[in-house]
Amino acid sequence: MSEEMGGEGAVKKFMYINRKAPYGTIYALESLEVVLIGAAFDQDVSLVFMDDGVYQLKKGQDTGGVDMKNFSPTYRALEGYDVEKLYVEKESMEARGLTPDDLVVPVEVKTSGEISALMEEQDVILSF
Amino acid sequence: MKFGIMVNEGPYTHQAADTAYHFVKAALDKGHEIYRVFFYHDGVNNGTRLTTPPQDDRNIVERWSKLAEEHGLDLVVCVAAAQRRGIVDPDEAKRHGKDADNIAPGFRISGLGQLIEAGIQSDRLVVFGD
Repeated sequence: MSEEMGGEGAVKKFMYINRKAPYGTIYALESLEVVLIGAAFDQDVSLVFMDDGVYQLKKGQDTGGVDMKNFSPTYRALEGYDVEKLYVEKESMEARGLTPDDLVVPVEVKTSGEISALMEEQDVILSF
Repeated sequence: MKFGIMVNEGPYTHQAADTAYHFVKAALDKGHEIYRVFFYHDGVNNGTRLTTPPQDDRNIVERWSKLAEEHGLDLVVCVAAAQRRGIVDPDEAKRHGKDADNIAPGFRISGLGQLIEAGIQSDRLVVFGD
């Protein structure tokens, strides 16, 4: 994979890091838009949810009161785009009283140390 | 080295817009290549020519336009982010029935694929933002 780096048809490891709450700022929504468009490029993609970004995956989001679109169902569609590596940082999740059962998609829970090691392997990291 | 640059914050509000410019300028001065500068989120506001800062302040938009002219930089404003925030080129103005455009010289509007491509083609993609 990475021996082709930089050439035509190269496959790079792209990691999208989601650190912010789903509403309040537009970062989470526009991050998801990058992921969906980026999926067409057939790269090696992973997503990390950490800090308040963990809330992006929380089940039962009701945005009626703030007149914003609830885009959380879109995370369930990622599998159809071959975006299957979803990591949640353990410390962030636990600090917010959440468990994998509270999330809209199956995820791999990783410690901050493990996330750090994964970051080391990446070619491109986009942080939102 | 070949750099891709992503600018995620608006001018004057956030220093990221300044830092990105200074990074690009320094990289060019050192002989590096800038593959593309991609403006996303409120970063698209770096691309409106209607910006009119006080005369004793830096003109962030003109600064980008000038650097683009001098070095042939590819300054790309994300179309989806631009549409939300009212950054419009003549084509977009026509397509959406707007009465004006405001894209600054040296900037062009295109899709998010341009960002992914910059990530693929560059040795490093450097992100400026929060």
